[in-house]
Amino acid sequence: MNTHLLLQLVLNGLIVGALYGVVAMSFVLIYKASQVVNFAQGEFLLIGAWVCWWLLTTYQLPFLVGMLVTFAFMMAFGLALQVVVLRPLIGEPIISVIMVTIGLSIFFQALCKWLFGVFAQPFPPIFSTSQVSLFGFEIQTVYLMSLGISAAMMAAFGWFFRYSKHGLAMRATAFNQQVAQSLGIPVRNVFAMAWAISAVVSSVAGIVVGIVNGVSSALSLYGIKVFPAVILGGLDSVVGAVIGGLVIGVLENVAQYVDGQYLHWGNLYEIVPFYVLVVILMIKPYGLFGTRDIERV
Amino acid sequence: MATQSLIPAGDFRTTYAADTTIFPTAGSRYAVWAALAVLCLAPLVLDRYWLSLLIQIGYFGVAALGLNILVGFTGQISIGHAAFFGFGAFASAWLSNRFHIPVFFAVPLAGVLTTAVGLVFGLPAARLKGLYLAIATLAAQYILQDFFARAEWFTGGVAGTHAEAFSIFGFAFDTDGRYFYVVLAYLVVTFVLATNLMRSRDGRALVAVRDHYLSAEMMGINLTRYRTLSFGLSAFFAGIGGALYGHYLQFVSVEGFSILLSIQFLGMIIIGGLGSIMGTLMGTAFMVLVPEAMGWITDAVRGSALDRALSLKDNLSFLREMAIGLVIVLFLIFEPDGLAHRWRQIKAYWKLYPFSH
Repeated sequence: MNTHLLLQLVLNGLIVGALYGVVAMSFVLIYKASQVVNFAQGEFLLIGAWVCWWLLTTYQLPFLVGMLVTFAFMMAFGLALQVVVLRPLIGEPIISVIMVTIGLSIFFQALCKWLFGVFAQPFPPIFSTSQVSLFGFEIQTVYLMSLGISAAMMAAFGWFFRYSKHGLAMRATAFNQQVAQSLGIPVRNVFAMAWAISAVVSSVAGIVVGIVNGVSSALSLYGIKVFPAVILGGLDSVVGAVIGGLVIGVLENVAQYVDGQYLHWGNLYEIVPFYVLVVILMIKPYGLFGTRDIERV
Repeated sequence: MATQSLIPAGDFRTTYAADTTIFPTAGSRYAVWAALAVLCLAPLVLDRYWLSLLIQIGYFGVAALGLNILVGFTGQISIGHAAFFGFGAFASAWLSNRFHIPVFFAVPLAGVLTTAVGLVFGLPAARLKGLYLAIATLAAQYILQDFFARAEWFTGGVAGTHAEAFSIFGFAFDTDGRYFYVVLAYLVVTFVLATNLMRSRDGRALVAVRDHYLSAEMMGINLTRYRTLSFGLSAFFAGIGGALYGHYLQFVSVEGFSILLSIQFLGMIIIGGLGSIMGTLMGTAFMVLVPEAMGWITDAVRGSALDRALSLKDNLSFLREMAIGLVIVLFLIFEPDGLAHRWRQIKAYWKLYPFSH
C-alpha cells in the first residue's frame, strides 16, 4: 500500500473538493433563494473562465484586473439571465424550470465551443513557481491560491447570510416568499441578486480550474459533479454543500487510487460520484443537512 | 399541461363510450386514414434524404412517446431517456448476434429487456419525485453510459457492435424505402397502444398521480406501483425506439447515447406538448428538423459575407446544438403548452371562423 500516494491524492481531493464546495455553494444559493435547480451552473464556470482567458490573452490585462472585469461581466450576465429567461417562468411547474436551465446549458456550451474552439487553452502563467512543496507533498501554487480563495468565499458566504441586510433578506425569501414580500423585501431583486452572486462565485472556481487544467468545455462537467455534492449535503444547506463538495472530491481521488492500485477498471473516479448519488437518494434523500419537506393537505 | 376542452356548447355526451372515443367525428377518422395512406406512398416520391429524416422522426417518436407517458402523463421527470434508448439498441443487436434470434422478434424482446432495466432504475425512483428524481435519472444516464463503454460482451465496448438488417421470412428491409414501412408500422402500433392506455383505468390512474399524488393515493391508487409502471412503460417504448434505430443504422456505437440526446428527447415532448400523444409526434418532427434547418440555412448563406465572418460551415455542429438549446428555452417562455396546444387553438379558430372570440 502506497501511503504517500494515497495521502497526496486525499490532499488533492480536499483541494478539488473545496472547489466543488464553492460551486455547490453557489448552486445552493440559487436554489435557496429562487427555488430553481440550475443545470447551467457548469456553464457559469465555463463562461467565466473563457472571458477571463480572453481578457488576459487578447488585451494582456494583468491577472487581477482581468479577474475584476470578469466578475463585472458575470454579474451582468447572471442578472440578465434571471431577468430575461427565469423571470417569465416564475410559477411554472418544476419540469419547465429544470428544462429551461438545461436548454441554457447546451446553448452556452455550444456557443463557447463556437467562439473559443474545442481545444483546451492554457492560461498565461500567473505565479513564478508552479509548485511548492509542503510537508513533503507537491502542491501546485494555484491550488494553494484556490484553497485560500475557497476558504475566503465560504467565510464571505457565512458572513453574508448571517449579518448583511441582503443576506438576511435572501434567507427570509427562501423561507417563505409571500411573507417576505409582505414584509417589504423586494423578492424579485433578491432573485436577481442570487443569480448575480452565484455567477460571480462560480466564475472564480472556473478561473482557478482554468489556470490548473487549461480552459476547455470540460469545465462544464463541474456543473454535473455538483449534484452528488449538493444531494449529499442537502439541497438547501450552504454548509452541507461545502461538506458534500469536500467528500465528493476526496471520494473521487480515493476511487482513483483504488482503481489504479487494485482494480484497474479505468475511469472509475468519474462514475463513482453517481453511484454515491443513487445510494444517498435511496437512503437519505434530503441529504445530511437538508430540510425535510413535510407535506400537508 | 392543462388540456383544455374544445367541445362546443350543446355537445352533450351521454355515454362513457362517447366520451372516451378516439375519433369524435367521422371527419377526424377519415383524416387519419388519409394521412396514413399518404405516408404509405411517401417512399415512392421522396428522395433518400427526406426518407431518412422521416425514419428518424419515426424511431425518435416511439421513444419520445415513452418519455411523454412518464413526464407528461405521470409527472415524473427523467433526464436519462437516451440511456434506455441506447440500451434497447444494444439489447436488440445483442439478441440477434448472440442468440441468432430473428430481428423481427429481437426488437420487441429488446423492449422487454429495456423494461426490466427501467424497472430496476424505476424502483428507487418510485420513492422520489420532482427534482430529486431528475437528479437520480441523471445518475442513471451516466451509470448506463459507463456500462455501455465497459460491457464488451454486450455492446462491443468502444468499438461498437453490428446490428443485422430487419427481415421477415428472408425479405430484408435493408433500404430506406423498405425500412420506412417497418418504422411506420411500429409507430402506428405504439401510438395506438399509448392512446388506448390513456383511455383505460391505468392511464387515468397515471394522470391522477400527476395531478395530485396525495389525493390519488387517498383514492386508493397505489403510488409506488403506478410510478414504477410508468417508468417501465417509458423504458419499453425507449427500448423499441432504440432497437429500430440500431437496425436502421445496422451499427450501434457507444457515443450516440449521451445526455444531449436525453435533452433532445425532453425537448421533443416539451415542444410537442406535455401530456399530448399527437403532440409528441409534432415535437419529434420539430426537434429532428431544427438541426437540419440550421444546415439548410448555412447552405443558403454559404460564401456570403456573413458566412466568411462567422465561418458558419465549420461550426455547423455547434450551431445545431445552440439551436436545440434555444428552441427549448424559447418554447418554454413563449409557448409552454407546446405545439399541440397551438394546433388545438388553430383548429378552434377555424371551427368558429369568422366569429372567433
